[in-house]
Amino acid sequence: MSDAGQESFDVAIVGAGVVGCALARQFTLDGARVAILEKAADVLDGASKGNSAILHTGFDAPEGSLEVQCMREGYRLYLEIHERLGLPLIRSGALVLAWNEAQQAELPGLIERAHANGVSNVGPLTRQEILDLEPHLSQGVTGGFRVPGEYLIDPWSAAHAYLLQAIENGARLYRGSEVLSGSRSGGRWHLETSSGRLSASLVINAAGLFGDIVDKRITGESWFTIRPRKGQFVVYDKPASALAGHILLPVPTKTTKGIVVCRTAFGNLLVGPTAEEQEDREHALLDTETMTALAAKAEEILPELRHHQVNAIYAGLRPATEEKDYRIRTDLAEDYICVGGIRSTGLSAALGIAAHVARLAARKDTPLESPVWPKMPMISEYGKRDWCEPGNGGIVCLCEMVTRREIDNALIGPLAACSMGGLKRRTRVTMGRCQGFYCSAELARITYGRLAEPMLAGDD
Amino acid sequence: MAVREEEADVVIVGGGPSGLAAATELRRLGAGRVIILDRDRQAGGIPRHCGHYPFGMREFHQMLRGPDYARRLAEQAQQAGVEIRTLCTVVKLHPGGLVEMTTPEGLARLRGKAVLLATGVRETSRAGRMIGGEKPGGILPTGALQGMVYLNGRRPFRRPVILGSELVSFSALLTCRHAGIRPLAMIEAGPRPVAYAPSRLLAMAMGVPFHANTRVEAILGRHRVEQVSLSGPKGTRVIETDGVIVTGGFRPEASLLTASHMDTDPRSGGPAIDQYGRLSDPAYFASGNVLRGVETAGWSWAEGKQVAHSIVASLDGKLAPREEALTIAIEGAIEGAPESAHDGDALKLVLPQVLVCGYRVMAAHRHLQLRLNRPARGRLILKQAGKVLTEKRIASRPERRILLALPEVFSVEDGELRLLFDEE
Ligand SMILES: Cc1cc2nc3c(=O)[nH]c(=O)nc-3n(C[C@H](O)[C@H](O)[C@H](O)COP(=O)(O)OP(=O)(O)OC[C@H]3O[C@@H](n4cnc5c(N)ncnc54)[C@H](O)[C@@H]3O)c2cc1C
Ligand SMILES: Cc1cc2nc3c(=O)[nH]c(=O)nc-3n(C[C@H](O)[C@H](O)[C@H](O)COP(=O)(O)OP(=O)(O)OC[C@H]3O[C@@H](n4cnc5c(N)ncnc54)[C@H](O)[C@@H]3O)c2cc1C
Repeated sequence: MSDAGQESFDVAIVGAGVVGCALARQFTLDGARVAILEKAADVLDGASKGNSAILHTGFDAPEGSLEVQCMREGYRLYLEIHERLGLPLIRSGALVLAWNEAQQAELPGLIERAHANGVSNVGPLTRQEILDLEPHLSQGVTGGFRVPGEYLIDPWSAAHAYLLQAIENGARLYRGSEVLSGSRSGGRWHLETSSGRLSASLVINAAGLFGDIVDKRITGESWFTIRPRKGQFVVYDKPASALAGHILLPVPTKTTKGIVVCRTAFGNLLVGPTAEEQEDREHALLDTETMTALAAKAEEILPELRHHQVNAIYAGLRPATEEKDYRIRTDLAEDYICVGGIRSTGLSAALGIAAHVARLAARKDTPLESPVWPKMPMISEYGKRDWCEPGNGGIVCLCEMVTRREIDNALIGPLAACSMGGLKRRTRVTMGRCQGFYCSAELARITYGRLAEPMLAGDD
Repeated sequence: MAVREEEADVVIVGGGPSGLAAATELRRLGAGRVIILDRDRQAGGIPRHCGHYPFGMREFHQMLRGPDYARRLAEQAQQAGVEIRTLCTVVKLHPGGLVEMTTPEGLARLRGKAVLLATGVRETSRAGRMIGGEKPGGILPTGALQGMVYLNGRRPFRRPVILGSELVSFSALLTCRHAGIRPLAMIEAGPRPVAYAPSRLLAMAMGVPFHANTRVEAILGRHRVEQVSLSGPKGTRVIETDGVIVTGGFRPEASLLTASHMDTDPRSGGPAIDQYGRLSDPAYFASGNVLRGVETAGWSWAEGKQVAHSIVASLDGKLAPREEALTIAIEGAIEGAPESAHDGDALKLVLPQVLVCGYRVMAAHRHLQLRLNRPARGRLILKQAGKVLTEKRIASRPERRILLALPEVFSVEDGELRLLFDEE
């Protein structure tokens, strides 16, 4: 993108988080010429960088909300397409657990809400039934219920797959392109970005944690304010994943779903997130005290965890707003849709949000007749990994069993990684227990000169 | 695709000093087919990455740099007729000595009459220490730093801080000096360096200030490390820096084991062995650093050599059955609270964890090896049925090797062995 006004599109999507990626896919498959603009060096650098990776059914979402509608549809669509895209699905199911009388009293209401939200296969369990299902659980549990449809997915491969399918069917991705302003002339939008200009007939704001700012930059006003809500996580090493089959959920409170203990698609055991309001939209700081408390909480739930090791820590920021529900609106300006406030369920709802937004846009494009379906490399611990296959070039990252071929493949193609973070999200390299003790040196050698944001700077 | 399966007399997982020593000795003792599997490009283990002295005093009676030392050990093994296979990562240990591995050609299996685990250690990462802040580039374990400097000839940062003061922390200091990196500070949570006193002179000679009783609260910077905030005796302060070297806090590289059918020792994080170095599945043995935090290369080498004798005896059917082993119970230990410094139990490591009655002559371990997690003095006593089998007075700093001779004889009938540390 360089020549002023040269590039013109049907739809410009601002932000390549999971929501922007799903939107790009939807509009491309519907037949539009799509541009997706991302300010960071690589995609998934905002709210979508770190979450719990649960594919929610929407059983506990507010009844009748737009959120529950999008989650239900997004959930259904993910189940429909994940195999064709080569995306993992860990059918773990979830247990909502009560630990005292007050929580126990909440259970019937929660079950009722699940039924109202169309999640019908939910029913109460006795304490003993729960302990039979999860023998490592603390004896202190008093009761709960099972939500068989809550699943675990790979949060990054899913979004990458949506975006890759868009790109392979004609969409254009511009990374390192921050949208600075927008103007209208000749019935079209003209967007000024940090890397040049383009025009589009429809603009969709999917800027996540910067949704209100992008609204202002393009339409001159914003109708909501982002109130970032931090979630810190502690991740236990793979052997700990044997301690919990289900996603273990607490009884939610008004403000948060609470601390979850569950496996990850990568074979670890995750504990989190916290819910901490903050001003800063970019920096999600970890703190030792909170992490220690998370680990202690997890050890209360699964006492044997104390014999296991923490091998990763991270924090994510939810693009929350002053209201609970999603903030999707079409009337801020002509041919402009704001998809904001996709707070804590965007991974599950993304495909549903995209379908909903396409209906709102009501464009008359001709859907692609036989679109390309890319297949993602399988990096889930529960799928067949490259290290089992011949010709893999040998293991580079020993903890996560990442092969040379996987790394090479992640560095090429239309969605090649261009930062270390991007390479980690595509391959899991260095994300395991040694955090680079063995493989950093080799990785530095492999990636030297191949990442826009290089791994080492001391020599440069 | 059918998975290839082969057989060997002894399979050794890990070709560091311990695995190489064991393999060489096994061949000298007449073992048949001995195969070393290592995931790295070359055998040699950690010393391959340590371009500094001192290695080899015990083995070659001369001071060598790590890579030369590693090469010599690998050559010795080859000359003794050991098969060394690199780029083979063992992924699963099955009962009875069947190991599964991945190679660049895909999956393969190897069945050994005996299998030795010599997979070494790794350092506790920043995440494992739950240090707060952000996750920028430029936070490296010593292992990674050494790989970058010695194997790649590159400099990951210019003015880092070093966390920790174990021996390896001073190895990090040497590595920095070699690469022209000038560390700004060495930071230790305890009151004094964990390593032997002379090592501190190195920091002084390099003009690197040592901060005792200090913790890193947070590492800051979005893409690269920009600052660390420290809290110490003089309060909180911020240092501008471009990297953090996270050293020490060694843990056995025992993930294979944790995921297997065999017993681990929550205290050491490694395998639970008897005096023959044998695991709860008697087809498996272990030696070297995988047994504990960290030892010198020479010690790990010697342990490998000794365990070779136990393995040969086992193959000849000369060892007392492992099923008859007695666990060494630690008196005063708090159930379920291993290795924590704050629970009153000063013993960080007790090795071997179980003993069988048998011929001590073939034992790889003739001593109990112990370590403390804090400075302490007192009497160590090994008792059975109220009778003292062996005892010793000790006064030790943390992370120092302590040896207590194992008793010549004891009987299974007398029941539980109890270890008591009577602190003064
Ligand atoms: C702790 C935590 C746990 C969660 N757990 C779950 C879960 O288990 N299941 C689930 O379904 N959801 C979960 N979520 C929610 C989910 O992660 C979010 O809803 C989702 O990531 C939001 O995606 P987004 O695309 O709207 O925003 P983002 O991911 O923030 O994407 C917005 C993108 O826009 C870019 N951008 C911003 N401004 C500009 C500009 N001016 N120009 C160009 N680009 C710009 C940003 O760089 C960013 O990449 C969780 C979230 C958190 C934080
Ligand atoms: C930074 C640093 C500096 C040191 N400096 C000194 C020093 O100056 N002098 C000294 O005496 N000692 C030093 N040491 C200690 C010394 O390196 C160790 O004691 C010694 O290497 C231990 O030998 P080992 O064989 O038990 O394990 P390692 O040397 O760690 O070897 C383990 C081997 O197992 C392989 N492996 C692991 N898992 C698998 C798997 N699943 N499949 C296949 N292969 C596997 C690894 O690739 C490795 O080659 C230092 C250690 C470090 C970390």
